Amino acid sequence: MTALLDLRGVSKTYSSGALEVAAVRDVDLQVQAGDYLAIMGPSGSGKSTLMHIIGCLDVPSAGHYSLAGEDVSGMTEAQLAVVRNRRIGFVFQQFNLLPTLSAWRNVELPLLYAGVSRSERRQRALTALGRVGLADRVEHRPGELSGGQQQRVSVARALVTEPDLILADEPTGNLDSASTADILALLCELHEQGRTIVLITHEHEVAAAAQRIVVMRDGGLAEPLTPSQAVVGR
Amino acid sequence: MSWLETLRTAVDALRTRRLRSALTMLGILIGIAAVMLTVGLGQGAQKQVTDQINKLGSNLLIVSPGSSPSAGAGGVRGGRGTVGTLTMDDAAILADPAVAPDIARVAPVSSASLALIAGTSTWTSSIVGTTPDWPAVRARTLSEGRFFTADEVIAESPVAVIGSTTATQLLGTTSVVGQTITIGGQNVTVIGVLTAEGSTVGGDQDDVVLVPQSTFAARLSTSANPRSVSTIYVEARDAESLSAAYQETTKALLSSHGVTVATQDFTVSAQQSIVDTATSTSRVLTVLLSSIAAISLLVGGIGVMNIMLVSVTERIREIGLRKALGATPTVILRQFLVEASLLGLVGGLAGISLGLLGAVVLPSIVSFPVAISPVAAAAGLLVSLAIGIAAGVYPASRAARLAPIDALRSE
Ligand SMILES: Nc1ncnc2c1ncn2[C@@H]1O[C@H](COP(=O)(O)OP(=O)(O)O)[C@@H](O)[C@H]1O
Ligand SMILES: [Mg+2]
Repeated sequence: MTALLDLRGVSKTYSSGALEVAAVRDVDLQVQAGDYLAIMGPSGSGKSTLMHIIGCLDVPSAGHYSLAGEDVSGMTEAQLAVVRNRRIGFVFQQFNLLPTLSAWRNVELPLLYAGVSRSERRQRALTALGRVGLADRVEHRPGELSGGQQQRVSVARALVTEPDLILADEPTGNLDSASTADILALLCELHEQGRTIVLITHEHEVAAAAQRIVVMRDGGLAEPLTPSQAVVGR
Repeated sequence: MSWLETLRTAVDALRTRRLRSALTMLGILIGIAAVMLTVGLGQGAQKQVTDQINKLGSNLLIVSPGSSPSAGAGGVRGGRGTVGTLTMDDAAILADPAVAPDIARVAPVSSASLALIAGTSTWTSSIVGTTPDWPAVRARTLSEGRFFTADEVIAESPVAVIGSTTATQLLGTTSVVGQTITIGGQNVTVIGVLTAEGSTVGGDQDDVVLVPQSTFAARLSTSANPRSVSTIYVEARDAESLSAAYQETTKALLSSHGVTVATQDFTVSAQQSIVDTATSTSRVLTVLLSSIAAISLLVGGIGVMNIMLVSVTERIREIGLRKALGATPTVILRQFLVEASLLGLVGGLAGISLGLLGAVVLPSIVSFPVAISPVAAAAGLLVSLAIGIAAGVYPASRAARLAPIDALRSE
């Protein structure tokens, strides 16, 4: 069985002037469909850069990356946009909701780019908001919602297309502990329904929710941990 | 993503920035309205001038004394308008079908400005001595009474046909047939009133007193040579014979005056050439004014581009997010192009409405005709759309080229 995510020797080098920064170096990583993986590591260790590559928001400078058996390394920006739209749901630390749109209009955005009809978009957006417990907030704008509620809207937006993969970059980084628990519960639920989840965090409690944990240091993958080790290592 | 969805997204984006969108459209609006109004004013003025000159009569040649300034190289010739070189004999020669077969009618005209008296009221108007063909040549009709006859010309009869302005100013009414008025000390009887014509380039066409040429020469003329006339109006048989009539007139007068083309002491001008001169003058003015208006349209277009660039910069995060969620570069390009086109199009539509409103309202304020041209309106709409698209291309392609990750990271 081929892995859903297959990274072989993936590196990402940024050059700012004469200085070359290797944000990600020589990463080999396989994630099976249905896995729940947490990527840990200190700030600046390259977690976000790796997530951008996994999420097809950025392309590696070296190495190969296949998503669901498709090599995405050589794809054009337009092809990558389609892959992101079909296969990946993003949850960002900064929520990244459009402030002028109501909750359901934010959630329907991926469906808009997928070419889904207006009535079906609304239907599915409302269902997704119901699943994250915001059925009574669909017409609210992000500014009228708490941080935890906003992050639930972005989870709804990530799951509305029923993607294979949900990528969450420090999704609880801006949340209090109650909201953190809400979001982690939602991710667990999604995992139980069969989605593959890649969660980035530097908090051990958060990583403990995952089945499998890898640690990054200076752009490279260090030894894998088990969830119990993560809690102990605190 | 369909065009309809793109349009909806664009409308949403413009609506969230209502004030700014409205101000941007204002630039296009003013430009389009200004172009429409200047073109309308220019066309209105042209039509007015053309109409007025055409009112002089159709297929008309106008012979005046003196040479036209452009007819030759300097010399001691009299300028246009010099009195004395045209006479009743010239009119008689031109009226002879054997000499000029393409001329239908001839109306010589001598005029003077004289005081009129009727009872206690006085009025000064233009006294014109002419022949019975005058109404036909000048395309005028009578609202009352009759014109004088050839016999009355021979008899030097003291009769007059007067314009409606003269009638009301002098006698308070236009029902004046049979009344007697005094012109320069001579009593004449009013036998007819001209149908009102209004003002033309030559002044009020209804403030005039027409008397037989012989009567004018014998009793009213102040000129040294009573047979001299100030203008001879020549009517060609039809539009096709106009240029033949022109040749015949010139040839007959050259030989009767014993002059050559180089020493020519009269000028024959076709009505059409007067129309052309007047039209080209007002056309130059229209083009000038419209170019100024077009510049304001250009400024409006630059405004659209400026706002779209600001909008792209401001919305870098939004663009990045939309791309992350699956918007392709083409979709982003379209969205910004449609936004810019909408600014142009809606601004243009509003400008056309304002222009039309102006074209309806303005004439009653400035008493000047403003033409409404559907072609100009349609062209204005196309131009404003084109300006929107042109102004949107650069900002939109910048938005489309943004890397999703750079856009998402930007603060
Ligand atoms: N666009 C960029 N240009 C240059 N260096 C970058 C860029 N993005 C990230 N980096 C560098 O790459 C390293 C890894 O960053 P990042 O992936 O954001 O780390 P993390 O998410 O683990 O905190 C950092 O040293 C950062 O400064
Ligand atoms: Mg990070």
